[in-house]
Amino acid sequence: MLTEEEKKEIQEEIAQYPYPSAACIDALKIVQHHRGWVSDESVKDIAQFLQMSNEDVDGVATFYSRIYRKPVGRNVILLCDGITCMIMGYESIYEHISRKLGIRFGQTTPDNRYTLLPISCLGDCDHAPSMMINNDHFNKLTVEQVDKLLENYK
Amino acid sequence: MTQHINPESAPLSLKEYQQVGGYAGTVKALKEMTPAEVTNLVKASNLLGRGGAGFPTGVKWSLVPMDDNSQSKYLVCNADEMEPGTFKDRYLLEGNPHQLIAGMIAASYAIQAQKAYIFLRWAYKKAEKILREAIREAYEAGYLGKNILGTGYNLDISIHSSAGRYICGEETALLNSLEGRRAIPRTKPPFPAISGLFGKPTVVNNVETLSWISHIVEKGTEWFKGLSLTETGGTKLFGISGKVRNPGLWELPLGTTVRELLEEHAGGMLEGYGFRGLLPGGASTDFLVSEHLDVKMDFATVAAAGSRMGTGTMIILDDKTCPVAFLQNIERFFALESCGFCTPCREGLPWIEKILGAIESGNGKMEYLDILKSQKKYLAPGNTFCAHAPGAAEPLISGLNYFYDDFVSHINDKKCPWKS
Repeated sequence: MLTEEEKKEIQEEIAQYPYPSAACIDALKIVQHHRGWVSDESVKDIAQFLQMSNEDVDGVATFYSRIYRKPVGRNVILLCDGITCMIMGYESIYEHISRKLGIRFGQTTPDNRYTLLPISCLGDCDHAPSMMINNDHFNKLTVEQVDKLLENYK
Repeated sequence: MTQHINPESAPLSLKEYQQVGGYAGTVKALKEMTPAEVTNLVKASNLLGRGGAGFPTGVKWSLVPMDDNSQSKYLVCNADEMEPGTFKDRYLLEGNPHQLIAGMIAASYAIQAQKAYIFLRWAYKKAEKILREAIREAYEAGYLGKNILGTGYNLDISIHSSAGRYICGEETALLNSLEGRRAIPRTKPPFPAISGLFGKPTVVNNVETLSWISHIVEKGTEWFKGLSLTETGGTKLFGISGKVRNPGLWELPLGTTVRELLEEHAGGMLEGYGFRGLLPGGASTDFLVSEHLDVKMDFATVAAAGSRMGTGTMIILDDKTCPVAFLQNIERFFALESCGFCTPCREGLPWIEKILGAIESGNGKMEYLDILKSQKKYLAPGNTFCAHAPGAAEPLISGLNYFYDDFVSHINDKKCPWKS
């Protein structure tokens, strides 16, 4: 079941478009914002709310890389693996985070605190390497800095 | 264009931007000019689209039917910057949102659109916050909403924050995404100017392109043409990333040489690193090498040198980075970002990445190089549904050509020479 708050937020997005299904991506993002990810049940709820088929909504949900169809940790680390970040050494940052947290790309720590994912170029190449944690952007990464940053996300 | 941007401080508010002359061109367009006059002016200025393809902006607008302005029409700002190595639109969005909004109002007026969308990349959270505040200010000041500046013209602007995927930058895929669908490119024709968003006439323009419009209306075509060193009008945002002394972004005349950008503005290579080549406008452009350093950065001149200017933000390949690993990284990106709709792209790109991976790890064979070269034909425009796979082939084929000996040594020595 969508909560009243979710319904209200989705309704506000629907108002931006000529018909409800155009707000499908916005609706998926709103549900994910509240629940961390998009479950099968949420797909059905969104489909019903936007008068779409479950399959259409799932087709959209599985297309976009920033919609999570599996649970993620409380904090999502998005490390840029783009070409400039490769030249500027993201791989050593990745190995460091990976060793420290004991997870590889696509995995979540057992305490559910962090999920580690790669992300394509973040558009900050003159300050590479860069990454995001949740909605926060960081650049000119060093191993020492990453250690401190991670501590801030409980 | 970057005159009023200071990355160290907050962007100008609407009032502050007005005090330095902002919105003057937009006011002039709405109060003193007909929509056709605005379109013709932009056409005469020879403003070429700054998203990468370089299509003439005024021509794009002139394809929109103007005989029935009671129907819905749309302007869409493509702010889905995701081309690897590209960081120019972020700078404009975060640095001067009102310059973009002023341009969007004038552009919407020219095609008589009453609704505009900014299709914004998911990751640009700071830009989203800044844009939302700027749009709120613009409504408050009467630049957006009903009866703008008393002219009777109405316009609303909404932001759509995306959910990822590079293919959303392709204009017809972007329109599908904005309609809440999977971002798969559409057949052309019909072109978006005839049947675009929600089946209505639509113009899609890049952030940098739209940021010019108010200035061109205010200062005229001769002023705009005078900013450039070539036939094409205007300055351009150029960027350089990689192992250079001073990576960054600069606004310079179109026609500035690669050498000036690399040596003067980026300060040359970092000590201990040698120059091997560069991709002039993002990952989907062909390599340029030492012999091309005097090429002028403009759409036609870079094309004549066998590449594309693309986004004008260069990625430098240095001599301590393996060209095979460099290409593998790029091709992995293109393989992951294929929308999966057409076979050459969906199947071809992952195989290219696997072959490059095999060569990089010392498991390559000489015949693999022929397989890679043949992709020029299989991924050529016309054999794929959109420009995604042809774009992926550009660095691959040119890289094979310029760094052929490096590929061969990987295969002969059964290891990557850059790995100890």
